[in-house]
Amino acid sequence: MSAEAHNEHAVTHEDHHGDDHDHGTYRSYLIGFGLSVVLTAIPFWLVMAGVLAPQLTGLIITGFAVVQIVVHMIFFLHMNHRSEGGWNMLALIFTLVIVVIAVAGSVWVMYHLNTNMMPVHDMQVMG
Amino acid sequence: MSHASTLNPDYVDETGRPIFHPVEEPHHSEGHSTMLGFWMYLMSDCLIFAILFAVYAVLGGNYAAGPAPKDLFDLPLVAVNTSMLLFSSITYGFAMLAMYRNKVAQTQAWLAITGLFGLCFLGIELYEFAHMIHLGATPQRSGFLSAFFILVGTHGLHVTFGCIWLVTLMIQVGQKGLIQANKRRLMCLSLFWHFLDVIWIGVFTFVYLFGMLR
Amino acid sequence: MTFEHSTSPLLGRLNWESLPFHEPILVATFAVVVIGGLGVLALITRYKLWGYLWKEWFTTVDHKKIGIMYMILGLIMFLRGFADAVMMRLQQAMAFGGSEGYLNAHHYDQIFTAHGVIMIFFVAMPLITGLMNYLVPLQIGARDVSFPFLNNFSFWMTTMGAVLVMASLFIGEFARTGWLAYPPLSGIGYSPGVGVDYYIWALQIAGVGTTLSGINLIATIVKMRAPGMGLMKMPVFTWTSLCANILIVASFPILTATLVLLSADRYIGTNFFTNDFGGNPMMYVNLIWIWGHPEVYILILPLFGVFSEVTSTFSGKKLFGYTSMVYATVVITILSYLVWLHHFFTMGSGASVNSFFGITTMIISIPTGAKLFNWLFTMYRGRIRFELPMMWTVAFMLTFVIGGMTGVMLAVPPADFVLHNSLFLIAHFHNVIIGGVLFGLFAAINFWWPKAFGFRLEKKWGLVSFWCWVVGFWMAFMPLYVLGFMGVTRRMRVFDDPAYQIWFVIAGVGVAVIAVGILAMLIQFAVSIIHRDKLRDETGDPWLGRTLEWATSSPPPDYNFAKTPIIHDSDAWWDMKTRGYQRPSEGFKPIHMPANTGAGFILSALSLIVGFALIWYIWWLAAAGFAALIAYAIFHTFNYRRDYYIPAETVQATEDARTQALAAAAATQG
Repeated sequence: MSAEAHNEHAVTHEDHHGDDHDHGTYRSYLIGFGLSVVLTAIPFWLVMAGVLAPQLTGLIITGFAVVQIVVHMIFFLHMNHRSEGGWNMLALIFTLVIVVIAVAGSVWVMYHLNTNMMPVHDMQVMG
Repeated sequence: MSHASTLNPDYVDETGRPIFHPVEEPHHSEGHSTMLGFWMYLMSDCLIFAILFAVYAVLGGNYAAGPAPKDLFDLPLVAVNTSMLLFSSITYGFAMLAMYRNKVAQTQAWLAITGLFGLCFLGIELYEFAHMIHLGATPQRSGFLSAFFILVGTHGLHVTFGCIWLVTLMIQVGQKGLIQANKRRLMCLSLFWHFLDVIWIGVFTFVYLFGMLR
Repeated sequence: MTFEHSTSPLLGRLNWESLPFHEPILVATFAVVVIGGLGVLALITRYKLWGYLWKEWFTTVDHKKIGIMYMILGLIMFLRGFADAVMMRLQQAMAFGGSEGYLNAHHYDQIFTAHGVIMIFFVAMPLITGLMNYLVPLQIGARDVSFPFLNNFSFWMTTMGAVLVMASLFIGEFARTGWLAYPPLSGIGYSPGVGVDYYIWALQIAGVGTTLSGINLIATIVKMRAPGMGLMKMPVFTWTSLCANILIVASFPILTATLVLLSADRYIGTNFFTNDFGGNPMMYVNLIWIWGHPEVYILILPLFGVFSEVTSTFSGKKLFGYTSMVYATVVITILSYLVWLHHFFTMGSGASVNSFFGITTMIISIPTGAKLFNWLFTMYRGRIRFELPMMWTVAFMLTFVIGGMTGVMLAVPPADFVLHNSLFLIAHFHNVIIGGVLFGLFAAINFWWPKAFGFRLEKKWGLVSFWCWVVGFWMAFMPLYVLGFMGVTRRMRVFDDPAYQIWFVIAGVGVAVIAVGILAMLIQFAVSIIHRDKLRDETGDPWLGRTLEWATSSPPPDYNFAKTPIIHDSDAWWDMKTRGYQRPSEGFKPIHMPANTGAGFILSALSLIVGFALIWYIWWLAAAGFAALIAYAIFHTFNYRRDYYIPAETVQATEDARTQALAAAAATQG
């Protein structure tokens, strides 16, 4: 775990530890804002105009959402691997893993439950 | 049992013998853990939302012969609402930039604008809820609507508390100025506010846009 | 019984009928509690202790005192939870051949629910939180936790949750749903009374405390380690505490969210877990176990740390396989999120889902097995001293292995279809929770008591307690494995088949033996306190300890360490001793400390009022209480002065006194 090296760093530089955050600048905020507007507008347009097939649209807007979340993380939440000696990033990654497990796992489990335990709609197939 | 562990090279004196106490006590300045602690709170909050998203994902298609997303959602309104939150994000960012340059009046002004955008967002959301309930699409109507109201409502509740917190901080900045403690509090609220933005990206994509695709 | 018929604007559902005058057992208990409680209050008043308690304990932000208060809370609630266990065992041993036993169904169902809820949330959780609170800052060479006020607030939130559970005994009723309150039974249709609402709000209030205390301890471990203590030089207990707290922060929000949804179903009639209008009760089961399985590792991980410290201390050796121990702990932390479905294989998710979770469950037993071998190899060729903590540890190893193996049996889905919800399951999890968590806590209490109070626990009564517990445990729970194989399901109140009775009687006798063990432990505490001068330890290091907490005096001063130590080795204190470390005796500086505050108590008391009002539908009080809660929280943030300095002279005087005590102790010994 490379966090050990970070820790040594943190102990020796405890005093000004609170100040090594990335503050951002007008420029970075405006870039983040611009990107967010674009990344929000395109999915809305895709859905409202209905230019593509629903499934493809779904895939694309999911991609846009992921990208926009990353944009927010970088430009507004100032996430980087350095903040708090890497612990913020570690916590975020761990949380994302749990989020994926909980959401995907629930959907998977409940989907199988529904197909196995509620076969009312195709009783004949169950025969 | 022999003890062959190596010494920590950072903490030995000139003769190579170990030092067991630092000359200067390590200084844990006030609030040294606050940003980390608050980040972890946000992570735990993130999991609450994850569960609400999971519930929406599982129950979101259960209309119980009631209204479906296409009957209820008004995408232009959602777009306007989203823009309120986006604007509030950048104005909060400007407040933080003013704070780092110790400009009290400017910080307060940007905070006030942020708060107004937040209130607009809440106003639009309440209007949307009221409209849906008026149509008979109440939280009790179906699994889909229960999941919808709890997910979007919990986000709205967070924004509400963010607004209360923002006003509190404006008063405190007014009283004490931009002292270190207040700066730290503003940084926490900044994380909170931008975090709610991130959650909203999930909401408008997976609830509203996906709802219209179904 | 329903309370629906009379809801007044002033008192909601609360009226005279809510008080259980018709239950003689409860009336008698109430009388005993009232008399005992009044006696305690009278004594406190008589000796004018209110001011002392409030200033030195209730408002304290000292992690050591908060830790001790958590332990006291856990032990008191343990007596309540155990009383429930005794009542169940008695009922099940009696209710044969047409006998209804002595508990009616209404009461019996509350008892098994309360037993589970109390033992997990208000015994095991406070005890491990108290242990971590007390030890982690000492082990990492810190003066307090990262957020001392939050620590006090967390404690009081946990306590107020416990108060709500206790209140349900005499005002209204508790849930009759089993400890996880599955819907639709826990829905408003089948449980219209206040029981489930007590359950929900007790857990929600305590849950806030648990989550915040988790965040607090993680921040403490990450930010406040002494210089030189890299992650791989942390004591194993600190490592396991770190992982347990990560699990707390990453799982209790799931419980909170799930209970919010259940409350929404009950209070405003949504359809999350109902059977109508697109709700799905199984979703609740799914969600609550996503929290529930990490929870069991929250309980056991810190105790794995305790066993590691105890084994290496009493074997006089460095822990075997420190690195593998750490990795095993981290692997368990992550894997614990991938096994939840094994709690409901029978739900019907099909072969693919069940086999996935069956396999992950079997995999998670591997790191646990690795740990066991590490302890055995630590003991191997060690000079083992069989003091009480070590005896509890050996008992743990023998007991826990059996519990672990029956767990792997339950992990096989086809076997689980036979054993699900049977007494085999009950025997399994008591086997791991008593054999692991409880034995670990007893090892910890015997091990660290001298640190907390400056004198050892008396050994003779400790041995009585030990043997009664171990023998009693095996007598009480092995019959349940047998009964499980015979097909007896859990939570039954009466039985028809007389073949079962002998096993229930044996289990009942086992519980009686355990009761003697508990009594012996209380006597052990009392005897030790009375003879404390004879058992006194002036060295601060009675067991030839290895980690930093043994470097300071017993009990440690408010500031823990007069000068922050520097760490060169994972067994820091052992390392310092072998290198001829000399205690500093001068050159102390003023020490920065957090100031006491009553805010945590007040906020928690307001939360209690809000919870109580919501349970009884006293809407005006809930609204007023909530407004007061927010207002007081905001008011508290206007207080910017939250610390003070201990002057250098005070530190010097304290350390001088310790120097003299050490010299005197050395003179008498040598």
